[in-house]
Amino acid sequence: MADVLAFAEQRDGQIGGSAREAVSAAARLAGSLGSSAHALVLGASGIAGQAGGLGKYGAAKVLAGEHEAVGEYNPETYARVVAARIRDGGYGVAIFPATTLGKDLAPRVAAALGVPLAADATGLEAEGGKISIVRPIYSGKAFAHVEVDASPVLVSIRPNVFQATEFDAAGDVESFVPDIDPSALKVRVVERKGAADGQIDVAEAAIVVSGGRGMKEPENWSLLEDLRDAIGSDAALGASRAVVDAGWRPHGEQVGQTGKTVAPKLYLAVGISGAIQHLAGMRTSQTIVAINKDADAPIFGVADYGIVGDLFEVVPRLAEEIKTLKAGD
Amino acid sequence: MNVIVCVKRVPDTETRIRIDGSGDKIDSSGVKYIISPYDEFAVEAGLRAKEAAGEGSVALVSFGDASTQETLRSGLAMGADSATLLVGKPTMDGLATAKVLAAELEDADAPLVLFGVKAADDDQQQVGPMVGTLLGRPCVTGVTRFELQEGKAVCHREVEGGAEVVEVDLPAVLTITKGEYEPRYASLKGIMAAKRKPLEQKDATAVESKLRVTKMTEPAARSAGRIVGEGPDAVPELVRLLREEANAL
Ligand SMILES: Cc1cc2nc3c(=O)[nH]c(=O)nc-3n(C[C@H](O)[C@H](O)[C@H](O)COP(=O)(O)OP(=O)(O)OC[C@H]3O[C@@H](n4cnc5c(N)ncnc54)[C@H](O)[C@@H]3O)c2cc1C
Ligand SMILES: Nc1ncnc2c1ncn2[C@@H]1O[C@H](COP(=O)(O)O)[C@@H](O)[C@H]1O
Repeated sequence: MADVLAFAEQRDGQIGGSAREAVSAAARLAGSLGSSAHALVLGASGIAGQAGGLGKYGAAKVLAGEHEAVGEYNPETYARVVAARIRDGGYGVAIFPATTLGKDLAPRVAAALGVPLAADATGLEAEGGKISIVRPIYSGKAFAHVEVDASPVLVSIRPNVFQATEFDAAGDVESFVPDIDPSALKVRVVERKGAADGQIDVAEAAIVVSGGRGMKEPENWSLLEDLRDAIGSDAALGASRAVVDAGWRPHGEQVGQTGKTVAPKLYLAVGISGAIQHLAGMRTSQTIVAINKDADAPIFGVADYGIVGDLFEVVPRLAEEIKTLKAGD
Repeated sequence: MNVIVCVKRVPDTETRIRIDGSGDKIDSSGVKYIISPYDEFAVEAGLRAKEAAGEGSVALVSFGDASTQETLRSGLAMGADSATLLVGKPTMDGLATAKVLAAELEDADAPLVLFGVKAADDDQQQVGPMVGTLLGRPCVTGVTRFELQEGKAVCHREVEGGAEVVEVDLPAVLTITKGEYEPRYASLKGIMAAKRKPLEQKDATAVESKLRVTKMTEPAARSAGRIVGEGPDAVPELVRLLREEANAL
């Protein structure tokens, strides 16, 4: 069976969790298929040094394409290089992270290769050489189990769903210089603005602290910031649409149907009623906690744990208790 | 400025989704259908681009069954000038859908083709950039706002942990997400006018789907949650459960 390629995303020269998840998923799939997993990283010169670390997540070979023109993401250069590597390497499967970058890149690669893309998968398995994929549809209100009648099979995987696992054997890094003509680009990134405070994105955070209209005023978000900081650097703030529409929070934080889909280890819904469009964005979270003063709020219907009470009393106490817990670790 | 907006008919986001007896599709009885919410943003963006230019037209294109006429009429009621319905049965193979749309768009005289960032049924988030690739036109995804300048569009988009400003040469394909383009309501006058606007209907190009749905399942009901307690006194127990039972802290 043909090998599996994982596209490993780097941002600002850092290879993050989504890359480790993609490589591990590729390694597990290759294990079932009896083939090998390879990782592909693109970046500015020096990225090959970083890329070596991916070997231990199961990549038998790490391909590191080094070129100034791929130091930062550009859809045209990336799509061209990635499609060529998949084609030339004769891969049977290619796995992308369903991050903003992966969701932008994978469809272009699929169209260039003339094959479908099973996007945002939460399940990926091979049995008897046949690959089956599970993907949420209708914002998680149902799941489609799909198979692809074409090769290579292209899949993007939802962040935080597939575990990154370390394997014994670590692969070698093979660097190459992609063939690119940066002068011919029709899409040019002219400005990048980082997050104001260098926080991780809500779609990638392991823990999400989300606030809704129950927060009353934008100034009260300092309570949620304290809670986030108490939890640590793997936590990010989220928001309901009500507070985004009110201009209290940026749209980048919105979780739900018309916002981001998140699947963190822990989702804390604070002063959020749990409208169906909000649930659409967070119902696949592993553990859900709701804090709401209304015991009948629909959010309690999906929450694993709930506290009925005034968030202005509960949240500061929660931040305190978590600080104490973490201090004891 | 001539703009084409691709719109899809999808179940209302409030709809309860049930899998039908066949086990591989949803039960559409009693389901109310709407324009996919992101596509409404795209229609709004198209109308504003035309208004800003002071000339041109906004044309809608949809690939779907005959009932999609209704969806297109609601876009015409918002202010679009004309619509084309490519009659056929879209599948979950986004590339097949992209091929159907690309065949229609190939010769169209529009420097700007807009899509929703994703359709609210299959959640694939792929048809726009696939059409761009098939047509050999540059594509920018997840655009919250754009301005047209001489021969190019300047697009604002959100990315993980930040934002980007991206320039793209026209003709281009953009996929629109929630941002500046809060969709206008159709006025009564708009609804009346929509009935008389041109809506062309023709068969979609036949394209084989290579992504097969073997079955659909409903999500496991989340086990009814536990109310840990009331007020701040319940917090220590919650923290204990999160650490020891859920392994989440
Ligand atoms: C097409 C469409 C798309 C949509 N997309 C999204 C989306 O992407 N994301 C999204 O979130 N919504 C979305 N919505 C909106 C959604 O329907 C709800 O309106 C929204 O989620 C409500 O936000 P909320 O829970 O913050 O506010 P509310 O529903 O007003 O809930 C506030 C909650 O706070 C509680 N509360 C108040 N005070 C306190 C207190 N002191 N202590 C504790 N609890 C308190 C209340 O009991 C209540 O449950 C969409 C709607 C439509 C029609
Ligand atoms: N059947 C269709 N007819 C017209 N446009 C479509 C169709 N399917 C998808 N689109 C467009 O492509 C976008 C992305 O859809 P998807 O990739 O399926 O999430 C939608 O928001 C629409 O703009």
